[in-house]
Amino acid sequence: MSEDIYREIILDHYRNPRNKGSLPNADISIHDSNPLCGDEIDIHLKVEEDTIKDIKFEGRGCAISQASASMLTEQVINKPLNTIKDIAKEDILENIGLMNLGPARIKCALLSLKVLKLGMVKYYADRDPGSAKKIQDDSKLY
Amino acid sequence: MQKGALNVNKIRKDFPILSRKIKDRPLVYFDNAATTQKPLSVIDAIRDYYMNYNSNIHRAVHQMAEEATQAYETTRQKVANLINSPSTDEIIFTRNATEAINLVSHTWGHDNIRKNGRILITELEHHSNIVPWQILCKKNRASLDYIDVDKGGYLDMDQCEKALHNKNTKLISISEVSNVLGTIVPIKKIVKMAHDQNIPVLVDAAQSVPHMPVDVQALDCDFMVFSAHKMLGPTGVGVLYVKKDILEKLEPFISGGDMIKEVHKYDTIYNDLPYKFEAGTPNIADVIGFSAAIDYLSHLGMDRIRDHEFELTRYAMDAMKDIKGITLYGPLDAKNKGGVISFNLGDIHPHDLATILNDHGIAIRSGHHCAQVLMEKFDLSATSRASFYIYNTVEEVDIFINALNDARRLFRI
Repeated sequence: MSEDIYREIILDHYRNPRNKGSLPNADISIHDSNPLCGDEIDIHLKVEEDTIKDIKFEGRGCAISQASASMLTEQVINKPLNTIKDIAKEDILENIGLMNLGPARIKCALLSLKVLKLGMVKYYADRDPGSAKKIQDDSKLY
Repeated sequence: MQKGALNVNKIRKDFPILSRKIKDRPLVYFDNAATTQKPLSVIDAIRDYYMNYNSNIHRAVHQMAEEATQAYETTRQKVANLINSPSTDEIIFTRNATEAINLVSHTWGHDNIRKNGRILITELEHHSNIVPWQILCKKNRASLDYIDVDKGGYLDMDQCEKALHNKNTKLISISEVSNVLGTIVPIKKIVKMAHDQNIPVLVDAAQSVPHMPVDVQALDCDFMVFSAHKMLGPTGVGVLYVKKDILEKLEPFISGGDMIKEVHKYDTIYNDLPYKFEAGTPNIADVIGFSAAIDYLSHLGMDRIRDHEFELTRYAMDAMKDIKGITLYGPLDAKNKGGVISFNLGDIHPHDLATILNDHGIAIRSGHHCAQVLMEKFDLSATSRASFYIYNTVEEVDIFINALNDARRLFRI
């Protein structure tokens, strides 16, 4: 029921998103949208020695998409870039506490992960096209 | 035709789906602008065809084929009667309204929109009345012009007049009722203005023919499109009306079987109207189902349907106005709009609101409603939309208002 979905933590991240904004001199900026509801997410990454030194997101959309993006940025900041490939959709759903989202709303929850993974692949592709293919194959893009 | 207000309790008994539960609550179906529910008579007509006289039409001479052909062609006659088309020759069955617009853009548009030509549409349009023209303009190096919509949801008629005076404007394609804001567009006036400049008019009637009386001869439009599934009929059936003098000059769109009279090795003589535009085996079963839908609506009377939706819309907007944090989009006077209400509630994203309402058994639409140009104009990514039809009740509107207040409390607005 909706009382379970729209818990305090979701509303908190929706109304007070962490790491939201632009990132001048970002090494990667990537955008995607969810045609179903028009959710939009841009993710900007600053990478140093293969570590995510800074991450910002911009976007608009439903509480689930925006809260999950906000939580994802907190999860990956200061982590090695290539660990992004190991984040599974279950990790995101667990993170936001919504394991039983229907097929329509699950796309909202996973949009930011999709953008982040696309960003990672693009980063490696720009630098080492050979390894990018392998990372893309390894990466659990749903 | 009946008189007085619709007997909604009686109508509801004809729609099996309305007795189902969503999340243990009675279904409140307010997504009628997307598609409407089907009465038993429509479901039975399709079943009857498959059970008793399933055959291909127009060719075989056996009895079942004759029965099927007759049922199919009877629908065409009923469509012609419904919109007061002078004849059935001008009624073409397509897959939906979108395909009907594509038929026009690929045939008439291909031949008549030349380099530097201009097509005029409005910011109210559904993607189906934008994208085909964009593609045509790119292909033929023509341009697309928009009539602006003001904050109240009304078209800028001065701008329309001006654009129609541009000698390069070759077509205006326009919705009669906005699927997002509900705005009823003054089509008759626009047709008059356009014809004064010899510009043909395509009317996207997907949101008007199901809900109010529409008369192609009174409007004098050149093309009209609409979809069966938005008016109690099955999915997979659309209608294109084209004035005969235009239709006679059009080249075929889809080609193949059934649209021909004679085929020789290197040349073909096309079939008569309207068959020239219906290649291949059509959606026979659903066209036959559509016949029952038109009967159902005609029996109620389009005037009474319009009155019913007007009352519901007025009642709902009156109640919604008092909800804290609500924003209503489009005309605020129910007289000027169809039974469509677009709105937002505080900072609740429409998708979240639709999820909460679903827990109350209420189906509304949330998103950009295939009208992103309009959304951009209003600087919105999405709205929620409630839309009504013949089987909706004031009691359902009350349930809806309660649910909106629940959502408001949940989000602490």
